[in-house]
Amino acid sequence: MRRAMNIAPERTGRLALALLPFALIALVYVAGSAQRRAVNPNDKLLPPVSEMADAVHRAALEPDRRSGEIVLWTDTSASLGRLGAGLGLATLIGLTLGLAIGVLPLVAAALAPLVAVICMVPPMAILPVLFIVFGLGELSKVVLIVIGVAPFLVRDLAFAAARLPTEHLVKAQTLGASTWQVATRVVAPQIMPRLIEAVRLSLGPAFLFLISAEAIAAESGLGYRIFLVRRYLAMDTILPYVAWITLIAYAMDLGLARLSRAAFPWAQADEGR
Amino acid sequence: MGAISVRNVWVEYGDQIVLERINLEIASGAFVSIVGPSGCGKSTLLRLLLGQEKPTRGTILIDGRPLPDEPGPDRGIVYQRYSVFPHLTVLGNVLIAYEFAGSRLLGRLMGRARRAAIDEALALIKAVGLALHAKKYPSTLSGGMQQRLAIAQALARKPRVLLLDEPFGALDPGIRAHMHELIRPLWREHGMTVLMVTHDIKEGFALGTRLIVLDKWRDDPQAAERFGAVITYDLDLTRDNAGPVRFCNEPTVAS
Repeated sequence: MRRAMNIAPERTGRLALALLPFALIALVYVAGSAQRRAVNPNDKLLPPVSEMADAVHRAALEPDRRSGEIVLWTDTSASLGRLGAGLGLATLIGLTLGLAIGVLPLVAAALAPLVAVICMVPPMAILPVLFIVFGLGELSKVVLIVIGVAPFLVRDLAFAAARLPTEHLVKAQTLGASTWQVATRVVAPQIMPRLIEAVRLSLGPAFLFLISAEAIAAESGLGYRIFLVRRYLAMDTILPYVAWITLIAYAMDLGLARLSRAAFPWAQADEGR
Repeated sequence: MGAISVRNVWVEYGDQIVLERINLEIASGAFVSIVGPSGCGKSTLLRLLLGQEKPTRGTILIDGRPLPDEPGPDRGIVYQRYSVFPHLTVLGNVLIAYEFAGSRLLGRLMGRARRAAIDEALALIKAVGLALHAKKYPSTLSGGMQQRLAIAQALARKPRVLLLDEPFGALDPGIRAHMHELIRPLWREHGMTVLMVTHDIKEGFALGTRLIVLDKWRDDPQAAERFGAVITYDLDLTRDNAGPVRFCNEPTVAS
C-alpha cells in the first residue's frame, strides 16, 4: 500500500472529487428544504429550488412592473461599474505609487510610513466620512473600494519591487538605463505578475466594500437588492443573488489567473520545474 | 581606454576595516584576476569600481578622471547570479542595452532603428554561441548559457572596463573550460580592461595577464575587525615565469 501522500487523482477523478462537495451541499439543502416545507407549508427560510428558479426568472427575464427594467441586469451593471471603477483606480494607484516607493529611496522615505499607517485604517470606519464628503451617490462607493484596496496594493507592490535583486538594478545602470528606464523596463514588468496576484487577493475585500456601501445607501446594485428584499425574508431572491455574486467573483479571479499565465510566460517557467 | 588607478583606498564600515591601503595601477587592456579568501573584500573592490559604494578614503580614477559615483555604461558587470533579466528573452536581454541608449522616454526602439539594434544584438548573441536560443527566456537556459548571455549583454554597450564577479563560480568544470575559451578572444577583440574576481586560483592564472591576491595582513584575535585586507601578491603573468610586479605594500611587521 502506497503512502496516502503519494496517491493523486487522475484528471476525471479530480473533477469528480471537486464536484462532490458541491453536490453534497445541494443535496443537504434540497432535503432540508423539503423537510421544513413538510412541517410548515409557509416556510421562507429554505425555499425549494423551484421557487428560487421563479425568482430568478422574474429578476433576470421579466421587466420590473414599477420601473420597467430587468432588475438583475440593472443591479449587476451598477455593481460591476462601481467595482470596476474602484478596482481600476486602485490598481493604477497601486502600480504607480508602489513603483515609486520601490524604486526611489526618497519617495520611500517620505511615503512608506504613511502608507503603512493608512493600511491599518479600517475602511468601513470611514464610510460615514465618505458619505458626508462625497454624498450618497456613486462616488462615495467607488472611493470606499479605492481606499480599501489601494493601500494594500501600494504596499504589496513596493515590497515586490524592493525584493528584486540589487544586481538587476545595477546591471541596468551599467547598460546605461536612467531611473525612468529602470522603473519602466526592468522593475515594472517584473512586478506585473505580482500586481495581478495582489488584485486577485483584493477581489474579496473589494466585493465586501461594494456590498456594504450598497446596503447602506444605493438605488440599485446587487448588495442593495439583497438588503432590500431581506425585509420580506425573500430567501428565494437572496440565495440566487449570493450565488450570482460568487460566480462573478470566481470568474474574475479565474480570468485574472489566466491573463497572468498568458501575458507573463517567463514568470511561470519556474513553476513547471 | 580603460586604465584604472586606485590610490590609497580604504573601506571601513563603522569600526570594521574591510580594505586598507589599496594602491593599484591597471593598464588599459589588462586582464586582472583577483583572488583571495572569502570575506577579504574582493567583491567590495568591485562594488567600488562599479560606483555602487564609495571608498572611505582615497580616490579611484578611470582614464585619469575621477570615477563617477554611480554605475554607468563605461563599466560592465557580469555577476554569478541575477545577471540577466528573467522577463526578457535572450534577444530582449541584449536588445535592451541598445534600447536604453536609443530611446530615452519609452526605452523601446521602433522601425529601422530597432532592426539595426536587433542585428547588432544577434551578432553578439551569435558570438557567445546562443544564436539558436534567441527567443528563449533565461529560466529555460542552463547556468552556462545564462552566463554566456550575461557576457553578451555586458558587451553591448562596449564598456571600457568589464567587471566579472565570480562569473563561472557556479558552473561545472567542463562548462567552465568552455567559458574560458569564450571570454579570452572576446576580451582581445573588444580591447577592454577586465577585472575578474574568482575563488578558483587556477582560473585566475589561466585567464589573467596579472593576478592580485587580497588578504588580511594581520590576524589579531582581539581586534580582528581592525585590520583590513591589503594586496599581498601582485603577479605579472605575461612573463615566462610569473614574478611579482612589485613587492607588496604590506608594512614590515614582525610576525
